[in-house]
Amino acid sequence: MNNLIEIRWHGRGGQGAKTASLLLADAAFNTGKYIQGFPEYGPERMGAPITAYNRISDKPITIHSNIYEPDYVVVVDDTLLASVPVTAGLKKEGAIVINTTKSAEELKELLKGYEGAVYAIDARKVSEEALGKYFPNTPMLAAIVKVSGIMSDEALLEDMKNSFKHKFAKKPEVIEGNMKALELALKEVRKI
Amino acid sequence: MSIRERLSGNEATAIAMKQINPDVVAAFPITPSTEIPQYFSTFVANGDVDTEFVAVESEHSAMSATIGASAAGGRAMTATSANGLSLMWEMIYIASSLRLPIVMALVNRAVSGPLNIHNDHSDAMGVRDAGWIMLFSENNQEAYDNMLMAHRIAEHKDVLLPVMVCQDGFITSHSIENIELENDEDVKKFVGEYKPQHYLLNADEPIAVGPLDLQGYLFEHKAQQADAMRAAKNVIKEVSADFEKWTGRKYDFFEEYKLSDAEVAIVCMNSTAGTTKAVVDDLREKGVKAGLLKVRMYRPFPAEEIAEALSHLKAVAVLDKSDSLNAAGGALFEDVTSAMYVNERYVPMVNYVYGIGGRDTTEKQLESVFLDLVEIAQVQNVDNPYRYLGLRKGEN
Repeated sequence: MNNLIEIRWHGRGGQGAKTASLLLADAAFNTGKYIQGFPEYGPERMGAPITAYNRISDKPITIHSNIYEPDYVVVVDDTLLASVPVTAGLKKEGAIVINTTKSAEELKELLKGYEGAVYAIDARKVSEEALGKYFPNTPMLAAIVKVSGIMSDEALLEDMKNSFKHKFAKKPEVIEGNMKALELALKEVRKI
Repeated sequence: MSIRERLSGNEATAIAMKQINPDVVAAFPITPSTEIPQYFSTFVANGDVDTEFVAVESEHSAMSATIGASAAGGRAMTATSANGLSLMWEMIYIASSLRLPIVMALVNRAVSGPLNIHNDHSDAMGVRDAGWIMLFSENNQEAYDNMLMAHRIAEHKDVLLPVMVCQDGFITSHSIENIELENDEDVKKFVGEYKPQHYLLNADEPIAVGPLDLQGYLFEHKAQQADAMRAAKNVIKEVSADFEKWTGRKYDFFEEYKLSDAEVAIVCMNSTAGTTKAVVDDLREKGVKAGLLKVRMYRPFPAEEIAEALSHLKAVAVLDKSDSLNAAGGALFEDVTSAMYVNERYVPMVNYVYGIGGRDTTEKQLESVFLDLVEIAQVQNVDNPYRYLGLRKGEN
C-alpha cells in the first residue's frame, strides 16, 4: 500500500456517495490511519452530480485541496459516465470501480481510453437482495475497500458493524441488511 | 493523555465549546458555520452543558445578546460566517470597545455579492480593524486548540478584548480529519473560572456600560484599546506556552515551516498553509529552498517579529484570500510590507490574490508561486507586485 491513497467519488445527490466517503474515512481511521473525508459542496439537489474525496495515509495529511490525480475513482451511478469526466487524472496504476450492469465493451467506450484496471459491481442487485431497497453506497463502500486493499474484509465488516449500530440506533432493523449488502458486495465486485 | 478522534472543524469547535461550558451562547445559523450552534444546541438539550442557549432572530441580535451576557458578567460565545458577520458589524465594534472578552468562531466565507457560500477571507478582513484579537487555524486541530486558548487570552486583565477564532469554511469546517482532543477535566482546569472585575449584575458596584463618550474621552478610550491589543501579544505568548506544556502542541504568533534556511517563502493563513507545506516538502526534494510563514495571530499583528523572520529571504510572496479592491495590495500583503519597511528590512515581495469564493487552491498553483519567486530572487526585481493566483485567464 502506498503511503498516501487518494480516492474520488462520483455520485448523484441522494445516493449516499458523501456518506460512503465519510464511512470509509471512519473505517480507515479505526485501523490507525490518518484520514480526510470531504465532499465538494455545491447546490445540493437530488439527482445532481456530486463529488466526494478521501485521503488515507500512514502519516499526517496537510494538503487541503481537491483531488486531481486520484489513485481510485468510485462511480456510484453509471449514467454519470457519459456526462462527467470520471477518469480525469486517474492514475493508470490505479483503478475505477463502477456500479453498473454494462458490458466490458460498453464501458470501454464510455471510459475513453482509460488504461488502468476497471472493476464493476451491480450495486442495485446487491442492495435489493440484501436490503429490499436501492441504496448503492453500502455496496460501493465494500467494493472500493476490496479493490484498494485499504483494509481486510474482516476489518471492514467488524468496523461497520459498530458503525451501523451507532448510525442506525433508532432503526436497528436495517443493520442486518446493510451488513449483508457489504458481505455480498465484497464477493460480487469483479475485474473486467 | 490526548484522545485520538476524527472530526470536522465545526465538530471540533462545538466540542471545544462544550468543554468550555460557557454561561451563554447566542447564535443564528449561517452556512458554513451553522453546524456549530446546531451541535451545541444538542449538547444543551442533552444536558451536557448548563449554558443558556439563545436562539436569536438575526446575527445582529446574536452579537447583541452576547454583549449583554458578557457585560452582565457571564462568559459568552457565538459563531458566524460572512454575511452573518456583516450583519453583526455595528455590534462587533461595540463588543471590543466595551472591553468584553467574548469569543466567537468565525468560519470564513466570501461576503456577498454575488451570493457565494464558499471560503475566502473577505469576512474576516472586513473586521480586521475592529479591535478583536484574530487567530487563524490551519485545520480542525488548530481551530480546537485556538478555541481552548481564547478565553484565557480574552479575559486576561491586561487584555479584556474579544477573540475571533477563524478557520476555512468547508475546506476545514466540513472535512473529517484526525484530531487529538483533550479530556473535559483538563480543559476545565486550563480554561479556568471566569471572574469578571466589573460587571452589571454586581449589586455591590453599580456601573454603567457604554454611555456617551464625546470629544473629551473617546480618544483616550481608543488609545486604551490599542494598548490592550499591544499587551495581548505577551498574553498570547504566555497562554500558548502554558498550552504547549499541557498538550505538547506548540503555538506561536506564526509558524515557520522550513523557513530558517529558505531562500524563497510564501506567507499565508489557514488551510492553504497546509497545502503549502506539502509543496515545500516536494520542492525541497528538487533542490528549491522553499519555506512557509503561516500567520496564526493576525490581530494583534506581529509586525516586528514577521519582519525579522523574513529578513534573510531572497523573495517573498504574500497570499491574500480576499481582494481589497483598492488598486493596491491585499490586506495581509500591506501588513507584511509595512512591517518590513518600518523595521528597515528589504526583500522583494509580491502579492497574490487567490482562492476567492472557494476557488480551489492546488499544489500546482502554489508550486508556480515558488517558481515565480525563484525567478524574482535571481533578478531581484518585481515587475508586477499585484497578481492573481488561480484566476482563469482572459476573464478578468
